[in-house]
Amino acid sequence: MKYETVIGLEVHVELATESKIFCSCSAKFGAEQNEHVCPACCGMPGMLPVVNKRVVDLGMTAGMMLNCDINRVTTFDKKSYYYPDLPASYQTTQWFAPICVNGTVDIRTSAGEKKIRIKQIHMEEDAGKLVHDDWTDTSLVDFNRTSVPLIEIVSQPDLSSAEEVLAYLERLRDLLRFAKVSDCRWEQGSMRCDVNLSVRPEGSDVLGVRTEMKNMNSLSAIERAIEYETARHIDAIERGIGELVQETRRWDDIKGKSYSMRNKETAGDYRYFPDPNIMPVVIDDDWYDRIRASLPDFPEVKKARYMEELGLSEYDADQLIQSRAFCDVFEAAYAECGMAKEAANWLISDCASVLNKNQQTFDMLNINGKALGQLIRLVAEEKVSRGNAKRILAEMFKKDIDPEEFAKANGLILSNDTGAIEAVVKNVIVSDPKSVADYKGGKEKALMALFGKCMKELKGNCNPQVLRELLIKAINEE
Amino acid sequence: MTTMKVYISEAQATENKVALDDMILTTKLPTTAGSRMLDDYRSLFDAEVVTRLETAGYEIAGKVNVGEFAIDLLGETSYYGPCEKDGLLTGAAAELLERDEVKAVVSLDVNGAPRRTAALAGLICIKPTYGTVSRYGTIPAACSGETICVTAGNAETCREILSVIVGHDCKDGTSLPEDACERLKTEAERTPVKKIAVAKAMEAAADEAVREKIEQLKTRAAKCGIEVIEIEAEELLLAKPAWNILMSAEVCNNVSRYDGIKFGYRTPHYEDIDELYTNSRTEAFGFLLKSTVLFGSDVLSTDNYWKAYDKSLRIRRVLSEYLNRIFGEVDAIVLPACGKEAYSGEMVKENPYIAYDESLFTAPSSITGYPALVTEGVQLMGNMFSENSLLDLALMFEKEGK
Repeated sequence: MKYETVIGLEVHVELATESKIFCSCSAKFGAEQNEHVCPACCGMPGMLPVVNKRVVDLGMTAGMMLNCDINRVTTFDKKSYYYPDLPASYQTTQWFAPICVNGTVDIRTSAGEKKIRIKQIHMEEDAGKLVHDDWTDTSLVDFNRTSVPLIEIVSQPDLSSAEEVLAYLERLRDLLRFAKVSDCRWEQGSMRCDVNLSVRPEGSDVLGVRTEMKNMNSLSAIERAIEYETARHIDAIERGIGELVQETRRWDDIKGKSYSMRNKETAGDYRYFPDPNIMPVVIDDDWYDRIRASLPDFPEVKKARYMEELGLSEYDADQLIQSRAFCDVFEAAYAECGMAKEAANWLISDCASVLNKNQQTFDMLNINGKALGQLIRLVAEEKVSRGNAKRILAEMFKKDIDPEEFAKANGLILSNDTGAIEAVVKNVIVSDPKSVADYKGGKEKALMALFGKCMKELKGNCNPQVLRELLIKAINEE
Repeated sequence: MTTMKVYISEAQATENKVALDDMILTTKLPTTAGSRMLDDYRSLFDAEVVTRLETAGYEIAGKVNVGEFAIDLLGETSYYGPCEKDGLLTGAAAELLERDEVKAVVSLDVNGAPRRTAALAGLICIKPTYGTVSRYGTIPAACSGETICVTAGNAETCREILSVIVGHDCKDGTSLPEDACERLKTEAERTPVKKIAVAKAMEAAADEAVREKIEQLKTRAAKCGIEVIEIEAEELLLAKPAWNILMSAEVCNNVSRYDGIKFGYRTPHYEDIDELYTNSRTEAFGFLLKSTVLFGSDVLSTDNYWKAYDKSLRIRRVLSEYLNRIFGEVDAIVLPACGKEAYSGEMVKENPYIAYDESLFTAPSSITGYPALVTEGVQLMGNMFSENSLLDLALMFEKEGK
């Protein structure tokens, strides 16, 4: 018999806010353990939650990027369970009125295009992190991550293969990064995924027994887990190997196996109820419109525009839409200098190489696009050499400078004063008669030696074309 | 007689001494919520009311004992012993005030204990409109209804202290805007109470001695030229079961943070994490709190949420609408503050659920957030922001009595 797999995903994404969801602690990744904590995010009695508006902004943004309806009155609810990484023994989440419902995401696989429906997106707080200390056989808790804002994106069970799941996750990641909702870094846990999977005979409209694999944190692990779990389900149905029960399972990526964590009978009742300390959040038209207006174009819309209107090659356009930061800087630079191809080159080769050298991702590009446009113009107008422009760019990564002023202040403006160049050329010819003789004797390389000496004298601030012409002219007149 | 002060500040005596009940967090003194779970617990921060009082020049003289997590109306379940006087359960705040040791007591009214105490001791207690006094820094029990209130020997002092502690606080998401809070300040404009209605259904549920006090109040009101009418007000009887459900659910959730992991009592008897949770809570929590946690867990369960919890939220709305209608016609509703003058410890041991039953009288104000005043041993509920009118009435009664 042929089988089909039915998969629904719950994707957790940490929001790119400065502070936590209900207190003013930093939400940044990578601090010392328990550095970003206060009585509120440690669950101490007496602190009251105050909703970080930025979280609602980003929740709405995510919903709009995924074609969701936005609930104009959205509420927070409490979910109770005991676990040492949950300091108040309840998690504040959204159960009754989540911020977004009924969305869609378009994915593309080898089989073509497909629409995946989003059931809902809700905002919630993250839990802390347990660090197991093998030496003393104890578990230590790091509360830095407690109350870091998350959204959970719940899909309908519309996915049917690992390929579709990966395409869906990559699409989500692209859109959310593009809208600056999250940096979506699997390796830092800012993107995590629960996989709900069942198997049924092909064509059947009855769902099979569902298992859930929690906290998957890499695409390759998800792919392997889906393949393993599908095979396990089919084995259980066909050959009665293992019993299929509705349960939560843990995926061990090293062993390549899933293990039962808890089943339906032992699962606790979360006892959801509205949090009386948080008033319903009412999203008025102004707020809604402000977020709507701040949305970026989808990456493929930008790509089409870059190619059709600005005449970029597909390769260049693809490179730029890898990152929203690249697009933003590119568009600002283009608006300033009007040279699309030049601007794209500066980003794709020069900016990318600086980022690579600093071991930064493309999303971390943080330079003034308008200033880059000015720099490109300086090069085009032959006021600054390409080589010196690179030095100026390096400076722009450090601080927001005016390229022309910087060039002037540091003697990087090209000299178009032919008199000054001729004087230097004259001196060089006199000082190196051998090279002049060699060149005259047909050795092209000798010209380069003379050229280099001139350039050195001029400290690079000279239009190379002009120098070359003046040099040949002077030798010929010799 | 049990000592009722748990902790007394060592600061020099001043005229402006105020005591807090043990639900309000201070950095200088321990805050225990009357529970072994928080024995000697020290907060890292002061409650907003404490900051406001100290800024205004008041000295926090000490803490008064409360029944465990203040859900116990009678004050019998504190880890530090019952709030007892002459063999009767009365409440700790009363003794301090009677001995004139403090000017006023500021308490967290979760289930009506401060109002009951004031009624028994003949003190004045004002429980203001929900959201006018910041709950930042109070130990959470039943957040949707609990309100900070003031108890003192006379109405003028209640007004003075209330004026200091009301006001918007951005640290409390349920805090009302400043212009709403302003209406509780001493100098705010108000209309006098001209017509009051006795709630018959509530009066009938109280015993003879309490009904006698209501009769006296009616006489006194008439002497002051206030029109007294009677209303059935059966709707108010709905408040008790609904509030017990909401309160228990919220308490169950709020005390879940005491798991022996981060702070509070941790049992020495455990082998694994489940035993650590179970034994810490079993050893540190008292009987009434445990029964509240069980009940609260049950009403929030998937099976009962819509039947019990959601229905109680609806009753809350219906009651608020009912009160809103009544206050269009009368300025205050008169109802008992307690059903019986005082219980002995023995009686409570025989029937621990008396605490639940007694909330019949305090629940209408607790669940709706409408303000309540206790004076002359009787409770008066008024419209939202009518605290000053209610206090004017208490003041009038005080003068009339002299």
